[in-house]
Amino acid sequence: MSIQFKTIKELSSMLQSKEVSNYELLQETFKLVKSYKHLNAFITLNEENALKKARNLDNNTSDLSLSGIPIAQKDLFVTKGLRTTCGSNMLSNFIPPYSATVIENLENAGCISIGKTNMDEFAMGSSNETSFYGNVNNPWGENLVPGGSSGGSAAVVAAGIVPAATGTDTGGSIRQPASLCGITGIKPTYGRISRWGMIAFASSLDQAGPMARTAEDCAILMNEMCSHDNKDTTSLDETIPDFTKDLDAPVKGLKIGIVKEFDLSKLDSNVVKVFEDSKKHYESLGVDFVEVSLPNINLSVPTYYVVAPAECSSNLSRFDGVKFGKRCNDPKDLEDLYIRSRSEGFGEEVKRRILIGSYVLSAGFYDAYYKKAQQVRRLIKNDFDNAFKHVDLIMSPTTRGTAFEAGSMSDPIQMYLEDLFTVPANLAGLPGISIPSGYLDSKPLGIQLIGNSLQESQLLNVAHNFQMTSDWHLRTPPTRSK
Amino acid sequence: MTWETVIGLEVHVQLSTKTKLFSGASTTFGSEPNTQVDLIDLGLPGVLPVANKEAFYKAIRFGLATNAEINQVSMFDRKNYFYPDLPKGYQITQMEKPIVGTGSILINVDGAEKLINITRAHLEEDAGKSIHDLFDGETGVDLNRAGTPLLEIVSEPEISNAKEAVAYFKAIHQLVTFLDICDGNMAQGSMRCDVNVSVKKIDDKALGTRAEIKNINSFKFIERAINFEVARQIKRLEKGESIIQETRLYDSIKNETRSMRSKEAANDYRYFPEPDLLPVVISDKELEEIRITLPELPKQKEIRFIEEHSLEESEAKILASSKAMANLFEDASTKTKDSNLIAKWLVGDVSALLNKENISIEESNLSSVNFAKLIERISDKTISGKIAKSVLEEIWVSGNDVDLIIQEKGLVQIQDESILEDIAKKIIEANPDQVNAYKGGKEKLFGFFVGQVMKETQGKANPQGVNEVLKKLLDT
Repeated sequence: MSIQFKTIKELSSMLQSKEVSNYELLQETFKLVKSYKHLNAFITLNEENALKKARNLDNNTSDLSLSGIPIAQKDLFVTKGLRTTCGSNMLSNFIPPYSATVIENLENAGCISIGKTNMDEFAMGSSNETSFYGNVNNPWGENLVPGGSSGGSAAVVAAGIVPAATGTDTGGSIRQPASLCGITGIKPTYGRISRWGMIAFASSLDQAGPMARTAEDCAILMNEMCSHDNKDTTSLDETIPDFTKDLDAPVKGLKIGIVKEFDLSKLDSNVVKVFEDSKKHYESLGVDFVEVSLPNINLSVPTYYVVAPAECSSNLSRFDGVKFGKRCNDPKDLEDLYIRSRSEGFGEEVKRRILIGSYVLSAGFYDAYYKKAQQVRRLIKNDFDNAFKHVDLIMSPTTRGTAFEAGSMSDPIQMYLEDLFTVPANLAGLPGISIPSGYLDSKPLGIQLIGNSLQESQLLNVAHNFQMTSDWHLRTPPTRSK
Repeated sequence: MTWETVIGLEVHVQLSTKTKLFSGASTTFGSEPNTQVDLIDLGLPGVLPVANKEAFYKAIRFGLATNAEINQVSMFDRKNYFYPDLPKGYQITQMEKPIVGTGSILINVDGAEKLINITRAHLEEDAGKSIHDLFDGETGVDLNRAGTPLLEIVSEPEISNAKEAVAYFKAIHQLVTFLDICDGNMAQGSMRCDVNVSVKKIDDKALGTRAEIKNINSFKFIERAINFEVARQIKRLEKGESIIQETRLYDSIKNETRSMRSKEAANDYRYFPEPDLLPVVISDKELEEIRITLPELPKQKEIRFIEEHSLEESEAKILASSKAMANLFEDASTKTKDSNLIAKWLVGDVSALLNKENISIEESNLSSVNFAKLIERISDKTISGKIAKSVLEEIWVSGNDVDLIIQEKGLVQIQDESILEDIAKKIIEANPDQVNAYKGGKEKLFGFFVGQVMKETQGKANPQGVNEVLKKLLDT
């Protein structure tokens, strides 16, 4: 009996038919975790607790929708009693006294959290190289990055250790690693999933979402992760549909927009070929493609790198060595306590963004940078609103290419451009999904679909149709010989 | 040379909401350190604020009572700075769109009225407290106060001297306590103010450079701090020196202001819109509901007291001056129809005792229930006015119940006609000469007999009863 690479749907039916017990499933899961230790995908494991929960489920069966399904949690969600580091030295000793709403929602639905996954420090990075806890390896190749910031979550799903993991996406942190690891990941509409208990990077952009092997599993997870939460005033007070209901609906006649302003000729021709092949595939399903114009879309990355650092510079002020987290030894005085605790606790990329953020908010520069960026953000949102008058969805590559080698991208600006195709959806608060759509040199590549506000069901429906008629998502990386 | 003083006040009013501005933690004062603190007040990673509507309603009450614009869509901003008692590293406040816009308030200085315009009033969270003197070489942080809602009321620079500043602060104090949006307890820091002071030559159009004196929490200190600061500035200017724009602290022991930090050293607060909170929208219906539940304000009360109770204007003014005073009057009014009797006691003896100790009614031992009982015992003739005075003095000391004092000290007025008659007969028998003289036409001697009966009863005899009994015995 192997549980590796199984989907939620498959594991659920194995559990139901008693082909495997809850305890056996979790035992096997932790065996996989150990045999994939070289991925460095986990920061903290929850083995004892998880096994205990599984044992209980064997004794008291439950009819919860996700009963007994092992899941990995990005280490950005606080978990009561379980260390939460956010990939940072700053929180290397932080044991939260409460759990995030997302964690509670999933656990209340029967999921068993097996551990906390590695990530870029405070979700700032696109390669998982900024983690204090070391790089995560992409299961698709030695020394390849998994993408970021939800790199650990993407890697454990890609390696088939767990069927699903949670991620968060501020500028592409679910979709980009999903693309680079060959899995499916969706960032819902801003406000669909409560941010209570998500350690904030950029509050107006942060959104949690599921990462799984299939669009169908993403839909199953969305059903449990989404909720209106009184503890988060930015959480949407909208009806939450059954995201699995319309998965099989035909897509014939749907209109997908191709963004005129995205200059794909600058990309590797093989990437363009994957994109064109996907297009053809969708066309074979009856989808029509039209060109749409998003005139301000190419201002997305600079806009994002003003807004996100600004918010992060303020959100990260609470890490001051006074109440929790890292505190330097023997501070001379208050100033010394602040300077050394923060200097020692934060890594280079986090410091860089705090500096940028403080600069763009400072007196005399606020209007030129932050205010201007918010105005451009509004324009970008308007562009999308106009485009969605003509099309149902918008399609683009998720990333500029496949997974790159660790250490190969040392220029921060080049790294920031990794987010070229993903940040617009965050700036506009729109849902986006990345679906495995091809392989280059045995490395996966995803294609992105962006939907109108609250139209996650449509994204999942189109992605599901694609996956029912293709096998990119079924491919698995070479397994480790034991 | 003649100098003109220009003063603006920023008054911080702690709103008396049950819970904090962004969390469900209690706002109770005086609890053990760090016991009124929840996850949100601690600023733990991952927590989010939720705005307390009650604080908005209280702010709106203030706005309506000062004829101010109410911004039905208001927004929060972050003010960023590091301090150990500021858990998030930023304070959530309202910079761009405060809940209350331009309004005004009437102040009274030595009988003359002046209208002071209010620029704005906005909501913000209070910080915790740093405690420097409890642990050797270390600073303690108490976050009980962190997140308590404050209404910061900013005046226009239209205040001309220390007296006006005090009158303005008093007017705000009176208003917020009447509106029941603040307990007004200055000793507990429920009201504090920052004072901006500058001076200029009387003919100058432009304002002088100002200094800001931070965090003053008493009427007395406001007056002293301003007077010191004005004198300091004039002295500098007359010597040809300039005024530095800076923040100063008032030292009440040395009675001086001292430089705290200059403008150059001031924080750049990096304000920006708070992304964790949506704009707060107040509906027309909510606004109307607040409007109709607005209590009677001092001026309206004064007019009603005059109309309903036929009081003198001067009396009505004093009775309407504070909520506690007005409550004493109105509660006692339910016990007797004689409003003038109540007014006489409040304006007279009660005010005298308050003035003597320079305290407010809330700080005294006199409760409204007990005062009403005192008035009731006077009007039902249980005690005489003279006895009542000693009862009031006893309450002032012990706070004991009126009836208990009367009972314990045996102060009940003697009304029983047969007892009074026995005593009167004894007095008449013991003073035959005076009786003869009285009957011979010396009617003034009647007072002598009353005095003797009172003396015999240690003042407890009901004067009217004594009169009647004596008249009956002597005139027949």
